[in-house]
Amino acid sequence: MPKIILNGEEREIPREMTVMELLEEIGIKFREIGLAVAINEEVVPKSEYTTRKVKEGDKVEVVQLVGGG
Amino acid sequence: MQDWEMLLQDDYLEVAGRKFKSRLIIGSGKFKDFQQTKEVLEASGAEIITVAVRRVNITDPTKENLLDYIDPNKYLILPNTAGCYTAEEAIKTAMMAREATGINWVKLEVIGDKKTLLPDMEETYKAAKFLVKEGFVVLPYIFDDPVYAKKFEDIGCAAVMPLAAPIGSGLGLQNPYNLIFIKESISVPVIVDAGIGSATDIPPVMELGVDGILTNTALAEAKDPIKMAVAMKYATIAGRLAYLAGRMPKRTYAVPSSPTKGVPFKS
Repeated sequence: MPKIILNGEEREIPREMTVMELLEEIGIKFREIGLAVAINEEVVPKSEYTTRKVKEGDKVEVVQLVGGG
Repeated sequence: MQDWEMLLQDDYLEVAGRKFKSRLIIGSGKFKDFQQTKEVLEASGAEIITVAVRRVNITDPTKENLLDYIDPNKYLILPNTAGCYTAEEAIKTAMMAREATGINWVKLEVIGDKKTLLPDMEETYKAAKFLVKEGFVVLPYIFDDPVYAKKFEDIGCAAVMPLAAPIGSGLGLQNPYNLIFIKESISVPVIVDAGIGSATDIPPVMELGVDGILTNTALAEAKDPIKMAVAMKYATIAGRLAYLAGRMPKRTYAVPSSPTKGVPFKS
């Protein structure tokens, strides 16, 4: 099973999967506004969520918009 | 239409070609819940609300999202780079913010010191320069430094956001002269960010002629944030109108306001 670093923590995923599948796997609802994903410090455009694969060793960041001043 | 609306009908805060009726911007941090954030936003009359970009909590992904409460078609959701200490971190955060908000605006914050949360101007400048080139509408949080404010304008920032006092300090306006100098020396909007402690701190700042004001903690930590939001709405209007009206000169000694001649029973 591929190991990735997800939001700074090591995690195993069942297989290589698309960004969209990863979001589903970790229980994050897709939203056009309010969500962003980066792989290896590069932002993945939402148009690529169903094609871009998350692979062994990838550093994945999943962020959302929260309250802040 | 109320009297103030008539008097301010052609008065806008204009940033990067976008016009806002309200000169008050609010931050969305530290409220009790999203419902309160929404109510405060509505009560304040603000059209711009700042947000932060943070990692989703994987072990407990919250179902609720701020964006379920604030309509991005109705309000400008302005992401910040709070928590960043280098230009590089701020640039990466801004890139994520752009993807998350769908707009290219960023309130750029690069902090230099944990205790005072004062900005690292050198790093902020580096990040601003890069982000402007990348096509961002950059609003940097800066010291009330007129020299640097001009530099930020020169590299293409859409506005500057000097502090009135440190973030979350609630100390109110500390150095009116620097803000006056900044306003005199640049033409992009000056939006005073940080340091407001209450609605009553706002008019003295707005009366200097600055273009807008941003506040968060003073709302979130008020006993009644909704009442404070309404007070701030009118405080911002009062300060703006006072600026437009033009204050009288300050004098050391008294000047009578009633006629000095014709006082009864005088010999």
